[in-house]
Amino acid sequence: MSQAKNSNPAMLELRDVQISSGSFTLENLSLSIAPGEYTIVMGQTGSGKTTLLEGICGLRPVNAGSIKFNGKDVTNLAPQNRGFGYVPQDLALFRTMTVYENMAYALKARKAPISLIDSSVNDLAKLLEIEELLPRSIAGLSGGQAQRVALGRALAFEPLMLLLDEPLSALDEKTHAKLCELLKQVQAETQVTVLHVTHDLQEAKRLGDRIYQFDQGQLTLI
Amino acid sequence: MTIAANQKRQLPQSKADRRFWYACWAIGGVYLLLLVLLLLADLLSTTLADYRQILTNPAIWHSAKLSLITSGISAILSLWVAIPLGYVMSRGSFRGHALIDALVDIPIVLPPVVVGLSLLILFNTPFFGASLEDALQNTLGLSVTYQVPAILLAQFVVVSAFAIRTMRVTFDQIGERDEQIAQTLGSNRFQAFVEVTLPQAMRGMVTALTLAWARALGEFGPILVFAGATKMRTEVLSTSIFLELSSGDLGAATALSVMMIGLAITVLTVIRWFGMREPEYL
Repeated sequence: MSQAKNSNPAMLELRDVQISSGSFTLENLSLSIAPGEYTIVMGQTGSGKTTLLEGICGLRPVNAGSIKFNGKDVTNLAPQNRGFGYVPQDLALFRTMTVYENMAYALKARKAPISLIDSSVNDLAKLLEIEELLPRSIAGLSGGQAQRVALGRALAFEPLMLLLDEPLSALDEKTHAKLCELLKQVQAETQVTVLHVTHDLQEAKRLGDRIYQFDQGQLTLI
Repeated sequence: MTIAANQKRQLPQSKADRRFWYACWAIGGVYLLLLVLLLLADLLSTTLADYRQILTNPAIWHSAKLSLITSGISAILSLWVAIPLGYVMSRGSFRGHALIDALVDIPIVLPPVVVGLSLLILFNTPFFGASLEDALQNTLGLSVTYQVPAILLAQFVVVSAFAIRTMRVTFDQIGERDEQIAQTLGSNRFQAFVEVTLPQAMRGMVTALTLAWARALGEFGPILVFAGATKMRTEVLSTSIFLELSSGDLGAATALSVMMIGLAITVLTVIRWFGMREPEYL
């Protein structure tokens, strides 16, 4: 078990958390992430990275321990009441909607005024360089374009924290490098706290303020 | 060559691939041939006089109208219950899941006449001093047994089982992933269902609706038992055929069958053409 020590009050704090996925269980997991920090969790396929993120954002029940987000205990809250911006590995873009509708989804769910939705989506699209894609349907987007749309959808409601599940996997080298830069730029501009899981050491070194290795269900600070 | 022309071209196939297609056509073709022969046999055994006879019969027009209206209403009502129940059966994990699963299938596995008989017993056996039929008659002034509502109820009970099964498979195929992500974005379960899952279930809904409508149109046993076959009142197309056959008029019964087949094929083709067109997002 490892625990990051920060002087600032934590944005995310996991204490002795236990999360199960089928027969696989993560146990006694503790982690603390400071506001504005870019944290990377590295691990091999099947090490439990996705289970960890799904447990944090409420898609898997937490059997034991607690999760505090921005000072509030969210362990037993429904996903919609937690407020994390989550980009899953499979992206899960809503394919019956256009790119604009995908990016506007979280704001619409919060019943934001149309003018705010419009300006937020357009500003984000500009930041992510996907303005020309807004009217398009999801079908036919390239891998890099789809990653940007998923990132935009998760950022649109201005979450305090982003959970990114292998967001740059399956991209060619050029797109990968470009999106790495983009993630850095987005974090610098929005000051969002990030927990990013990956198996790519280069990607981790490039982006992370703090890097953890996930091995046999335990986190070790590198 | 244009892109459109390229898209229409088929991929190159090996001899083994072609043989596989031929085998599929050969096996499935036997069934298709049987259907065509059935239709041909019906057509060849009727004369123009038979069609003239049924088309000038006001009772037949009434039964056709009643068939279309009741099967349309019961199909829509079946979809109304099939969407929530199919969703619960697909996503829900609860004690008694297998039991409800089996319960929903009862109208599919039971002989249709048993459904009619059960409805007749339910409405006409006194429970707590009065039958359901009497209670409805006394409180709402509504008669069900041997009236038009009995046709609707008989159709609804049977066809809902097919619609529920179809919707359940549809929701199984769509999966829960997009709904989960919608929830992390701030939607509650209802919003996620309406905004994310239902639009993806459109084809399944059209299939459930058409299946229910076609089944309702052809429903016979429970209607005969629970609603009867009174001319100009509870006679529907399926019972009209039975009545013509009972009176020994094979020509009129066959002409009516052909008319019903034509009607069903036309309506199903139109609904499917509108409802099953390739969605823009694919």
